[in-house]
Amino acid sequence: MIHPIPSGTRDVLPDEMRELRAIVEAIRATFDAHGYGEVSTPALEYASVLERAELAEARPAYRLFDESGEVLVLRSDMTVPIARLVATRYADAAAPLRFCYFAHAWRAVRPQRGQSREFLQAGIELVGAPAPEGTAQALTVLCAALDATGLRDYRVGMGDASLYPALLDSFGVAAPARERILYELGTRDFVGLERELGAAGLSAQDAALLLRVPQERGGIDVLETSVAPLADAVAGLAAIGELVAPEVAARVIYDLGLSRPPGYYTGAIFEVYDPALGAPIGGGGRYDELLGRFGRPLPAVGFAVDVERVHLALTGEERRS
Amino acid sequence: MNGLTVAVPRGALFGETLDLLDRLGVDTAEVRANDRKLLFEDAGLITMRPSDVPTYVEAGAADVGITGKDVLMEQAERDVYELADLNYGGCRMVLATRAGDDPAAEALRRLGVMRIATKYPRIAARYFERTGRQAEIVEVKGSVELAPLAGLVEGIVDLTASGATLEQNGLVVREEIARSTARLIANPVAHKLKAGAIDDVLRRVRA
Repeated sequence: MIHPIPSGTRDVLPDEMRELRAIVEAIRATFDAHGYGEVSTPALEYASVLERAELAEARPAYRLFDESGEVLVLRSDMTVPIARLVATRYADAAAPLRFCYFAHAWRAVRPQRGQSREFLQAGIELVGAPAPEGTAQALTVLCAALDATGLRDYRVGMGDASLYPALLDSFGVAAPARERILYELGTRDFVGLERELGAAGLSAQDAALLLRVPQERGGIDVLETSVAPLADAVAGLAAIGELVAPEVAARVIYDLGLSRPPGYYTGAIFEVYDPALGAPIGGGGRYDELLGRFGRPLPAVGFAVDVERVHLALTGEERRS
Repeated sequence: MNGLTVAVPRGALFGETLDLLDRLGVDTAEVRANDRKLLFEDAGLITMRPSDVPTYVEAGAADVGITGKDVLMEQAERDVYELADLNYGGCRMVLATRAGDDPAAEALRRLGVMRIATKYPRIAARYFERTGRQAEIVEVKGSVELAPLAGLVEGIVDLTASGATLEQNGLVVREEIARSTARLIANPVAHKLKAGAIDDVLRRVRA
C-alpha cells in the first residue's frame, strides 16, 4: 500500500539521516565551542505573538485553532520564537546572550516547484552584541560551522538591509514611488527598477546612481564609494571585514543590492552561496529592533543555514571534484 | 560564453538571440547547423522552449538565459534576476474576441462572467482581477484562436506580434494587457559568484 504525504514534506531514511546527522553534529560542535547554548521552542506558537515581528514573505503559512479558539501557527523561522524566549525567560539576564538551535520551520510552498514546506535549520542568535563586533562574531561562527561540515567553496554575500531605503530617503523619494522601487528591487527586476526610477521624478544622474548601486557586488573595492548617503552602511560593512580573520574576510562578497525577505532586518545581512547549488543555503543578519517589540530592547544578530541544502551542496561539491 | 552557461530560447526569439550571441563573440555556427541537438557544451549554450528558460536559470542549470517578458510575467514567482531589456522580439499580450459586437462584453453583461481561453492563465487571471471583471479562464495548449471560433469561449488572451494570425481567424484586439520584449535573466547565486562574467556580458549587451 502506498500512503501519500503532503508535497514539500518527506521521509528521511537511515542512509540520508546518517549524513544529515553528521552535518548537524559538526555544526553543533562548532556552536558549542563558541559558547552558544542550544535551545528548543515549541513548533506551535500563538499567532498574536509571532505577528509582533514583520516577517513579510517569511510569515507563517499554517494556522489552526486550539480548544479555546486561540489561533496557533507553525513557526516559520526560529529568530522570532527566540526573541520571545529572551524577553520572557531572560528578562533581566545580563547581555550578551548566545543561543543556538537545530529545528524545523514551516513555510508555504508554490505548487510543483520542489520547495520544502518543512525544513531543518541550524542557526545561532547573538543577543545584546551591537554592530560591528557582534556581527563579526556571528559571521565568524557562520564560516566556522560551514568549514566544520566540510563545505569548501561557499561564499558569504554581505550587504545592509537599511542601505537602499536610506539612499532613497536621502534623495527624497517618498511613497508611493518608494514602495514601487523597493518592490522591483525585492523581486530582483532591474528592468522594472530602471522604469520606476525613471518615473520617480529624479534627475537622470540620480536615477542612474540608484540603478547602479544595487548592482555593485564583489571584493572590498565595492565599498570605495563616494556616495555620501551610503557612508554609514559602507563603513559598517568595512568594519566587519576588518574585525574578522583573513580567511573569513576572504569568503565575503560585498553586495550593496542584497535584500532578504524577513522584514525585521535593520543592518548588515548575510546570504550563503555555494557554486554547487542554484539557491542560497542560508542567511541572516542584524535585527536591532525586533527584541524591543517583545519588551527587551537589545541589539541582536543571527543566522540560519538550511541543513538539507548544505547536504545538497556537499554532495554537489563531491561530484564536481 | 565568458565561462557562463546560457539558456537560449528556440522559437520566435531564436534567430535574434543567436545574432546577439554572435555579436558577443559566441560561435553559434554549430547551433545554427543543428536543428535537433539541444546542448552545445563548447559554446556553453543550451537550447529549449522559451517557457523553460526560467526553470533552468532558477535552478542554476544555466547561469543566465534569454526569454520573453511574457514568460517572466506568467512565471512571476521565479527567483531570477531580470538584468536587461534586449529590445527585440517585441509583441503585445492582448484580449481579442470575434469581430463585430464584442461577445465577451455581452457575456459579462448578461451572464456575469466571460469565458477566456489562453496559454497564460496567470497573466489573464491577474488582469481580469485587476480590472474587476469575472472571467472563467480556460487553459489551452495549442492554437488559442480556435477556441472562440468553436464556441468554447467568448475571448482569448494571447500574444501577438503583427496581429496577422488574429485577423486571419476573424478576431480583433479589444484590449492591450502588456507589452513584451526579450529579457536577459540570471540565476541569483551565479549573479553573485560569477559577478565579473555577468557584468561583462551586460556591458557588451548594452554597448
